[in-house]
Amino acid sequence: MVQVNLWAGLRRFTDGHDVIEVEAKNISDILKGVSKAYPALKEIIDGGVSVSVDGRIISSGVTEPVNQDSEIFLLQQLKGG
Amino acid sequence: MALDDQSKPYFKFVGTRPKRPDGIDKVTGRAKFGADSYAAGMLHGAIVRSPHAHARIKSIDTSEAEALKGVKAVVTRADFSKDIKFTSGKDSEHWNVLENVMADEKVLYDGHALAAIAATSALIARDAVKLVKVEYEILSHVTDVDEAMAIGAPVIRKGASDKSVPSGLHENVVSYYESGHGDVETGFTEADLIIEESFKTEATHQGYIEPHACLASLGSDGKGELWCTTQGHFSFQKVCAALLGLETSQLRVTASEIGGGFGGKTTVFIEPVALALSRKTNRPVKIVMSRSEVFRATGPTASTSMDIKIGMKKDGTITAGQGTFRLQGGAFPGAPGGMTAMCAFAPYALKNVHQIGYSVMSNRPKQAAYRAPGSPMAAFAVESVIDALCKKLDLDPIEVRLKNASRKGTKASYGPTFEEIGLVECLETAKSHSHYKAPLKKGQGRGISCGFWFNFGGETAVSLALSEDGTVQISVGTPDIGGSRASIALMAAEELGIPYDHIRCTVADTATLGYNEISHGSRVTYATGLATIKAARDAINKLCKRAAEKWGIPEEAVKWEDGHAVPSGPNAGDFEPLSLKNISEKMGKTGGPIVGHFEANPEGAGVSFATHIVDAEVDPETGKTQILRYTVIQDAGKAIHPSYVEGQFQGGAAQGIGWALNEEYIYGSDGRLQNAGFLDYRIPLASDLPMIDTVIVEVPNPGHPYGVRGVGETSICPPLAAIANAVSQAAGVRLTELPMSPPSILAALKAE
Repeated sequence: MVQVNLWAGLRRFTDGHDVIEVEAKNISDILKGVSKAYPALKEIIDGGVSVSVDGRIISSGVTEPVNQDSEIFLLQQLKGG
Repeated sequence: MALDDQSKPYFKFVGTRPKRPDGIDKVTGRAKFGADSYAAGMLHGAIVRSPHAHARIKSIDTSEAEALKGVKAVVTRADFSKDIKFTSGKDSEHWNVLENVMADEKVLYDGHALAAIAATSALIARDAVKLVKVEYEILSHVTDVDEAMAIGAPVIRKGASDKSVPSGLHENVVSYYESGHGDVETGFTEADLIIEESFKTEATHQGYIEPHACLASLGSDGKGELWCTTQGHFSFQKVCAALLGLETSQLRVTASEIGGGFGGKTTVFIEPVALALSRKTNRPVKIVMSRSEVFRATGPTASTSMDIKIGMKKDGTITAGQGTFRLQGGAFPGAPGGMTAMCAFAPYALKNVHQIGYSVMSNRPKQAAYRAPGSPMAAFAVESVIDALCKKLDLDPIEVRLKNASRKGTKASYGPTFEEIGLVECLETAKSHSHYKAPLKKGQGRGISCGFWFNFGGETAVSLALSEDGTVQISVGTPDIGGSRASIALMAAEELGIPYDHIRCTVADTATLGYNEISHGSRVTYATGLATIKAARDAINKLCKRAAEKWGIPEEAVKWEDGHAVPSGPNAGDFEPLSLKNISEKMGKTGGPIVGHFEANPEGAGVSFATHIVDAEVDPETGKTQILRYTVIQDAGKAIHPSYVEGQFQGGAAQGIGWALNEEYIYGSDGRLQNAGFLDYRIPLASDLPMIDTVIVEVPNPGHPYGVRGVGETSICPPLAAIANAVSQAAGVRLTELPMSPPSILAALKAE
């Protein structure tokens, strides 16, 4: 299981939890797993998020692999100028 | 994909300063910018814009305009795709763009487009605009972010909020973000001094010198061409096709040279309109915005209202930081409330931190990115409070920042653990810089600030084709907004081992390469550079294969060394090295063209930090500020072409000086923009600026083969705060609102 850290604003969709566990080998699994565990988050995730894996921010690629002990954070979708 | 194969122990070409490849074109006028495209039989387009901040369109009568000799067509919202419907959240992305390009039932800001005309001359088109009769029902409006969130504020659009917004907030709040760790209340109890302050910043425009311009040709068969000034022609292709109901591949888009973008040319405005007019007239249509239109209807940044609370111990340790950031984004969702909050405390390793970001709609033009969207404003607020704490506790501002600085292994304020970063190196460089030790005179002040930005990777494709004479053509899909053609050619030269002058890098059109993400997020030297390195290595593999075939040895027995294929060791055989030219001149007979490719989504951009030092002097009689000395210190990871890196550093500082001291959107009580021109919207002149000194720090990014980090945006993050800290010291009063124009400084001095 991979531990996924959420930003605090999402806690109200997860019964107050800011860390949730999902089965995942890559980012796609994480996003699907989070949406399945808490369907209320699906719209936010589908709207676009970035994911940090061991400190590296993955902006859009869902095939990036993750390890079971990877540090995972959901982040706001990044855009630059 | 993450790419961590850093394999270059030293560089031959990277880090040198060859002449820029577009230099002669630009100084001789040969370079073609957005307005430099012409076509036989071309018409000229002009746009009818709302004079009201908020109004319902009751009717549009175009009969008189259409009767004017030379007018060929009028388009309104009815001439765009009917399949794009309003929904909430991301599904409304195309609807929001279309609504901004051409209003439907309501106009939402002064300058909002609601019709357009094509005529045989630009003058006739503009005359015809005046003949369009629009009947409005004027609605109440709001342009200030705090007022837009308040009870009773007019609702810009019902149902525009996304799911992140908690109940009970005004409908103009369209997105909400909250994050942090630790317990700030406990942290504040541990502090010896707490300062709490509110800040405001006005909207500023990116101020690119070249206005938006395009030439469009679209036939009734759905096949089209678009030439335009843009930061992302692949994105423009996709969006224009959607707005006009075309198949994406049937619209070919070519990017012109670009006269500045800074984030403001990442979205379409006039391009779909020119295409719609062309489709209706069956003739090419050109549209060039006036400067007034650029100000009223494109850009600008979000304006902000922010509250910051920071606690500090007497030894300089920050015990807690808390920030609330309200971002006004115009009449559409998208203000970077979340990113502003994420950037705010990123330079510091805090046990207790909490940040909230709101994205708020108002009756202003849709905000656009402007170099590191949100981060400069956040830094202004946070770094001002840190400066005030240092002053009250009599602590050195660099020592305090060093004491609290984020470094590898720090848990970032927005959550993850930092990889290798260069903030400490920037601060140490600042501390030992002669600027920091130079004496100040009475009436002068010195300001320090750190700044942070994420940087970005994104979809990227590159082709690298060899010519028979041994030269190389590189096709990239990212418009060159900061010297990327030079840095890309340098990276290819490094891999291939051929001179920089033997390589030409071209920004290819949308029919030539796969999708390339917009040139934004400081991504081009990182991502397109990485793709170029990989495409060059792909070409090298093919070159080595040709050599192996010639020599009759296995491919694995050939390696590439200093521009030549050579046997990989004594056991491979004894052969004369083959240069790139030796192989390419025979490629037509030895297997055909040699082309290297790379397509990927590089995901290792690496965040970056900067520290700025600025000296300022304030005239207490007039309130005018003069910037006396400015030093930019920033981590570039690895500077590919140091002159361009320094240029980015200087450009960020120069724009920051304008943002801090003079630039602002001024709205009247009628909701109309009062200063839509460079006479009344004052960007810095050469005489306003000192020589901006630069120091490039290089802490390699592990996500790039050469260690590159983006440099285009971070340089605008510290200036607002650094200048505010210098001005506050010089004036003897804390300035909490931008711009710090002469009248606002005089008012602050008077209030003191």
